[in-house]
Amino acid sequence: MIVANKGKIKTMAENLSESGAGRSLWKDARIRFMQNKAATISLFILLSIVLFSFIGPYFAVWSYEQIDWNAMGSAARVGMPSIESGHFFGTDDLGRDLYSRVIQGTQISLMVGVLGATVAVIVGTLYGATSGYLGGKTDQIMMRIVDILMSIPYMFVLILLLVVFGRSIGMLFIGIGLLSWLDMSRIVRGQTLNLKNKEFIEAARVTGVSDFKIITRHIVPNLLGIVAVYATLLVPGIILAESFISFLGLGVQEPSTSWGALIKEGAGTISYDTEWQLLFPLAFFVVSLFCFYFIGDGLRDALDPKER
Amino acid sequence: MSNQTILEVKNLKVSFDVASEGDMPWTKAKKLQAVNNISFSLNAGETLGVVGESGCGKSTLARAIVKMVPAESGEVVWLGQDLLELSNSETRPYRKQIQMIFQDPLASLNPRMNIGEIIAEPLRTHYPKTPESDVQARVSDVMDKVGLHDNLMNRYPHEFSGGQCQRIGIARALILKPKLVICDEPVSALDVSIQAQVVNLLMDLQEEMDLALIFIAHDLSVVKHISTKIMVLYLGNMVELANSDDIYKSPSHPYTQALISAVPIPDPSVEKNKDLILIEGDLPSPINPPSGCVFRTRCQKAQEVCANEMPEFKSKGQDHSVACHFHD
Repeated sequence: MIVANKGKIKTMAENLSESGAGRSLWKDARIRFMQNKAATISLFILLSIVLFSFIGPYFAVWSYEQIDWNAMGSAARVGMPSIESGHFFGTDDLGRDLYSRVIQGTQISLMVGVLGATVAVIVGTLYGATSGYLGGKTDQIMMRIVDILMSIPYMFVLILLLVVFGRSIGMLFIGIGLLSWLDMSRIVRGQTLNLKNKEFIEAARVTGVSDFKIITRHIVPNLLGIVAVYATLLVPGIILAESFISFLGLGVQEPSTSWGALIKEGAGTISYDTEWQLLFPLAFFVVSLFCFYFIGDGLRDALDPKER
Repeated sequence: MSNQTILEVKNLKVSFDVASEGDMPWTKAKKLQAVNNISFSLNAGETLGVVGESGCGKSTLARAIVKMVPAESGEVVWLGQDLLELSNSETRPYRKQIQMIFQDPLASLNPRMNIGEIIAEPLRTHYPKTPESDVQARVSDVMDKVGLHDNLMNRYPHEFSGGQCQRIGIARALILKPKLVICDEPVSALDVSIQAQVVNLLMDLQEEMDLALIFIAHDLSVVKHISTKIMVLYLGNMVELANSDDIYKSPSHPYTQALISAVPIPDPSVEKNKDLILIEGDLPSPINPPSGCVFRTRCQKAQEVCANEMPEFKSKGQDHSVACHFHD
């Protein structure tokens, strides 16, 4: 009987496998993501902004640190946005070209956001997965450390770091990276607790796979869904933090700039009829944040296997 | 079939600490005796069926043998070596000889890995230096053995049916050519027709590879079909251990008798006239087991001595042991 069965199953298998490679969960997720219009458009807009920040400088007439002496001090009259003068987005109060500065700010803000989120995701995922998988006393100790770090006011530490060690992008990275993985590790630990009693983990343990391999091969890939979603939400969080720090005047150093710094300058001069100094950086900032949130939302739906 | 004893379990006990709700951290946890004093031996090529109702410690017994849960006391002797004495890293070489098949076929496969990777994982873990072409060859070989076509290798678990997933689980368990496979209710999540396929497949493979099996189930007809020996558990205790035929022809323990009388017979006239022994009441809490014989609260034959004295698990004849004061 089993021989007959084997034959049958073989033919069935052959029929099934006409399509060749199987559809992975990722492929399914991509299809579902594409069906979400808001998320797809957001992704497109965000990619355009990134592209713009790299291509834009080739069209700039002025560099971001060059001062247009004509516009200096009389930005309201001379420094308005115009194609003739080469100041596409106008100038700031010192007569520097806002177009170039917005591009510069976009690069820095996005870099801080993406790199900061990457560091937070890697550290948080490994920390949380290890803590959740090992469990017991190790878990208790690792999570209490997170509790302690979490109870320290984030902004306060960041400001203190920047004041004590001087203002620099490097310090900003360290400060943001140091603190933003905490939430991530919490979320990942919770998911890991959920996963580690699944039978496929047990199967791997019975086989004799080492703990490290189980974490990297079995637990982390199954966490990626939630990690990807959280990461897209973390990027705007970090951009906001950096902007706030820059707004306070502690972030990136002149002549470099970032969205937060530009918005601060723009907000300071709003009463002198130079509203473009606020509106251009603000528009980039708001649109990017919206895009990140929509993408996060789309990813959450796309990566939920129940939507299949 | 060789008659070499490969696995010997001696007085194995497993207990869990259970903290009841509202306990203070310093309150002493209650002890739940999940597996109590179980001993048996298994020869190469044999099948031991383990039956018992939910919560009687079948799965815990299996997990204690492979050291997934720590044993309280006792020995698990594998080819002369007590596995419980070994550290985790010392156990690793033995792990390739004992493999396991799980109850929920889909949950036992990592959804992010394709079938080829899943089946090859034990091989890559124990022989990391195997060249990739050999790995592929071994995987397609073992897939063929369990009746899966090897061009399914690139597919993902969610694309398969329950029966196919169970075959994948079996392929993963067999790729290292183990000597013992522990099957933890491998068919209870499957349809009856698929159950038969999987059980027959296991029996074929057993013959082909001279496997020993520990087959856990709560379906007696399936267990009878596959087992050479059957062990009946009740609340973590062995109540009867005998050859498969023996236990069906002359069940001695009142619990076994009740279990066997509950197996439906596919003939309405016989089924109507057979006398069904009904067990009343629920399984007592294993945190607070009854004194004396654990089964006495639900036993029709229970007398005073059952409450006072725990019946010894003793041989009643040829390879047939039972734990009851008043066995037939």
